[in-house]
Amino acid sequence: MNLYGRRTWINRLGIGLSMVAMSLGLAGLLWILWTLFAKGFAALSWDFFTTDTPAPGTPGGGLRNAIVGSGILILVTTVVSTPIGILAGIHLAEFGDKSRLASITRFVTDIMLSAPSIVIGLFVYALVVVTFGGFSGWAGSIALSLIAIPVVVRTTENMLRLVPTSLREAAFALGAPHWQVSIKVTLHAVKAGVVTGVLLAIARVTGETAPLLFTALNNQFFSADMSQPMANLPVAIFQFGMSPYDNWVQLAWGGSLLIALLVLAINIGARVIFHQKDTL
Amino acid sequence: MSEAAASSRADVHGAKVRLFKLQDMAFHRVTLVFALLVLAALTGILFSLGQQAEPAFKEFGWGFLWGNVWSVPDDKFGARIAIYGTLVTSFIALVIAVPISFGIALFLTETCPAWLRRPLGTAIELLAGVPSIVYGIWGLFVFAPLFADYAQPILKATLGHLPVIGKLFSGPAIGIGILTAGIVLSLMVIPFIASVMRDVFDTVPPVLKESAYGMGCTTWEVVWNIVLPYTRVGVIGGIMLGLGRALGETMAVTFVIGNSNRIVGSLFAPGNSIASVLANEFGEADPGLHIASLFALGLLLFVITFFVLALSRWLIYLGVKKQGK
Amino acid sequence: MPERPILPGEGIALQVRNLNFYYGDFKGLKDVNLDIVRNKVTAFIGPSGCGKSTLLRTFNRMYDLYPGQRAEGEIMFNGNNLLDKKQDVNLVRAKIGMVFQKPTPFPMTIYENIAFGVRLYDKLPGSEMNDRVEWALRKAALWDEVKDKLGQSGLSLSGGQQQRLCIARAVAVKPEIVLLDEPTSALDPISTAKVEELVSELTEDYTIAMVTHNMQQAARISNYTAFMYLGELIEFGKTDELFVKPKAQQTEDYITGRFG
Repeated sequence: MNLYGRRTWINRLGIGLSMVAMSLGLAGLLWILWTLFAKGFAALSWDFFTTDTPAPGTPGGGLRNAIVGSGILILVTTVVSTPIGILAGIHLAEFGDKSRLASITRFVTDIMLSAPSIVIGLFVYALVVVTFGGFSGWAGSIALSLIAIPVVVRTTENMLRLVPTSLREAAFALGAPHWQVSIKVTLHAVKAGVVTGVLLAIARVTGETAPLLFTALNNQFFSADMSQPMANLPVAIFQFGMSPYDNWVQLAWGGSLLIALLVLAINIGARVIFHQKDTL
Repeated sequence: MSEAAASSRADVHGAKVRLFKLQDMAFHRVTLVFALLVLAALTGILFSLGQQAEPAFKEFGWGFLWGNVWSVPDDKFGARIAIYGTLVTSFIALVIAVPISFGIALFLTETCPAWLRRPLGTAIELLAGVPSIVYGIWGLFVFAPLFADYAQPILKATLGHLPVIGKLFSGPAIGIGILTAGIVLSLMVIPFIASVMRDVFDTVPPVLKESAYGMGCTTWEVVWNIVLPYTRVGVIGGIMLGLGRALGETMAVTFVIGNSNRIVGSLFAPGNSIASVLANEFGEADPGLHIASLFALGLLLFVITFFVLALSRWLIYLGVKKQGK
Repeated sequence: MPERPILPGEGIALQVRNLNFYYGDFKGLKDVNLDIVRNKVTAFIGPSGCGKSTLLRTFNRMYDLYPGQRAEGEIMFNGNNLLDKKQDVNLVRAKIGMVFQKPTPFPMTIYENIAFGVRLYDKLPGSEMNDRVEWALRKAALWDEVKDKLGQSGLSLSGGQQQRLCIARAVAVKPEIVLLDEPTSALDPISTAKVEELVSELTEDYTIAMVTHNMQQAARISNYTAFMYLGELIEFGKTDELFVKPKAQQTEDYITGRFG
C-alpha cells in the first residue's frame, strides 16, 4: 500500500472508531434512560403519590412522605444557599483580584465542586448530628447546602466576570458607589446567568443521596418537622432498591424516574433561562 | 447657578459621598463575611474529619492504611480493601471512559454534521446531570444480570485463559463485583470527561487546524498531531476531573460492588470501595473504633480526591493560560 | 514643552501639569502638560497605544479601579487637584462624565438608564425626574425616537441610539466636563454624523474632551487638538492651525498619513 493509501486508511479507522465510541456512549446512556422510563412508569400510580412508604413485607404503599420530605429539604437548601452563594460570589468577583484570601476561597470552592459528597455527609454528621444529638432535616439541609453553595458561588463569579469592563466603568463614570455598580448594574446584567447557577445547584442536590444517609437519615412516616429525621427520595430509593421486597424495588424505580425527570427538567429550564437574552 | 444654590448642592453631594463611603464599606464587609463563611465551612471538613478519626489512627497508626482486615466483631480495621476497591474501580472506569470520551469529543468537534452538534452536545451535558443513584439501580437490576449471563462467560473463556491477567477474569460469574462497578462508573463519568474534552478541543484556533488541513492532512492527523498536543494539558485535566468523580462516587458503586470485605484478586469478585463502606456501615456503626475508622476512611478519601482535583484544576488552568498567550 | 495657545478670556476647565502615568512598571504617560478650555471641544489624536485614552481616563480617575495603575502630577479642577488621594472619586465622576467606545446601556429601561445617575446625587420628585429625563434625551437628540417606549429595555435600541442614550445619561447628571472615548468607533456613518452634530451642540453647556482615532473627525468637530505619540504630548494647539501648519515633524507625518 502506498503512503497516501495508508494515511487515508488510518484516517478512516480513526474516524470510524470515534463514531463507534459515540454510539457506544450514547447507547449505554440511552439504555439507562430507557429502562428507567420502562420500569419507572410501571411504578407510578395514584397510590405512589398519596400513600407513605410501606413497612417491610406490607404490600402496596407509595412515596408521599419521601416526596414531601425531599421537597422541604430542597426548599430549605435553596433558601439557605442562594444568598450565601451569591454574596460570596460577588465578593470573589468584585474584590477577589486584590486579596490572597479570596484566591484561597476560590480554589477551595473549586475543589468542593467535585469533592465526594459522602464526605460532606460525614462532616455534617460530626458537626450537627453529634452536637445536637440526632439525625434531622436540618442536618440534611446543611449537608445539601454545602454541596449547593460552591455551585452558586462559582457560577455567580463567572457570570459577573463576563460583564464587559466598559459596562462597569460606565456605571463608575457616573459617580455611582461600588455597591450600586455591583448590585444594580453588573448583577442585574447577568441575573439570568445567576438564576441558572441556582437552578443547577438545585438540580445537583436533588439527586444527592450520599450526604443524606447520615444526616436526614430517613423516616418511614410522614413528617414535616425539620428537627426530626426526614424521609427523602434518594435515601428511600437506596434502601428500597437494595431490599428483598418486590414492591419496595418497584417503588425505588418509580422514585428514580421521578428524580431523574425532575433533574432533567431543572437542567433544561436552566438552559432555557440562560439563553434568553435582552430580557428585563 | 447662583452661589447659594451651588453651595447647597455641594452640601448635598458631600452628605451623599459620606453615605456612599459607609455603604461601600458595609458592602465590602458583608460580602467578605459570606466568602469567609464558605471558606471556613469547607476547610472545617478536614479538621473535623481528622478529629473524629483520631482514635482509629491512635489505635492502628500508619498500619491503618495497609491493614487488610476490616472486621467489626473483632474491632480490627484496616483500609487496604477499601482503598484497593476504590482505586481498581476508578482505574477500570478510566480505561473504558477515556477512549470513549475522546471519540465522542472528536466526533462532536470534527466530524459531526453541524445540525447534530448542538443537540448531541446538550444531550451529553444533560446526562452528566442524571443522579448517580439512577446509574446504581440500573447497574444492579439491569446491567449486572445481563453481564453475568452473557459477558462474563465470554471474558472467562477468552481473557481468563491468558497467563498473568487470566486470574483477573476468573471465579463465579455473579454479575455484581469490582468489574461491574468499574463499568457502571465509566458510564457515569463519560459525560463529564467528554464535555471537558469537547470544550478544550473547541479552544484550538481554527487557523491552526486550517493550516494543517491546508497541507493535506487528514482529519485524524489534524486531531492526533495538532489538536491533541495543543490541548494536552486541558485533556489531562478533564481526565483527572473524571477520576476525582469516580474515586468519590458513592451510589453508583455501592449498588453493584457487592460489599464484601475481602480481596480475592479476581475482578469478578465482590469488593468494597471507601465510599461504599461508608454508605453501608456508617448508619449502623457503634461509637468507638468502628465509627472512628469510618471517619478515617472518609478523611483518606477526601485527601486523595483533594489532590486529584487540585491537580486537575491546576492542569486545566495551565491549559487555559497557554491558550491565552 | 508645547506652548499653550489659550486666548485671554477663555476659561480653563482642567489644568494638567507634569502628569506621569504608570501601568505597573510601564510608563504610559510622560510629563504631560496641557489646558482643557471651557465650553470647547478638545480632541486627542495619535496612533493606537499613544496614551490618549490613558490620559482621558486620568481625568475621572477611572484607573483607580485597577490595582497597579497610578498617576503622578497635577490635574487642577475647580481649584482642587483631582489626583489628590483625599479627593473623593465618586464626586469627581459626578462632575466629569464619560461616554465609552462601545455603547454601554445599563440592563434597565430607557427611563431608568437616565434616572439611575440622577438619583445618585439629586433627590428629585417624580415630575421633576420626568422633566430631567426628557431634557437629557432631548439634549442627546433621542427624545423623539424613544418618547413612546421609555419603559423598554435600553438594550432594545439600535447601536447609534444606544450611544446617544449613553450621552444622555452622562449629561443628565449635569456634569461640567464630558469625556468621550472614541464615541463613534463602533457606529455606522449615519449614527456617527448624528453623534458628531450632537457633540458640537453640547459645547453650549459642557466642556468636551474626546479621544478619536479618526483625524477627519477631530478636524471637523474640535476646537483644540492634541497629538500624542508614545505617551508624550507632541503638539497641542487650535485645530485649524495644527492640521494646516503642524509644528512638529511627527505630527505632520501622522496627519499626512505617513504612519499610524
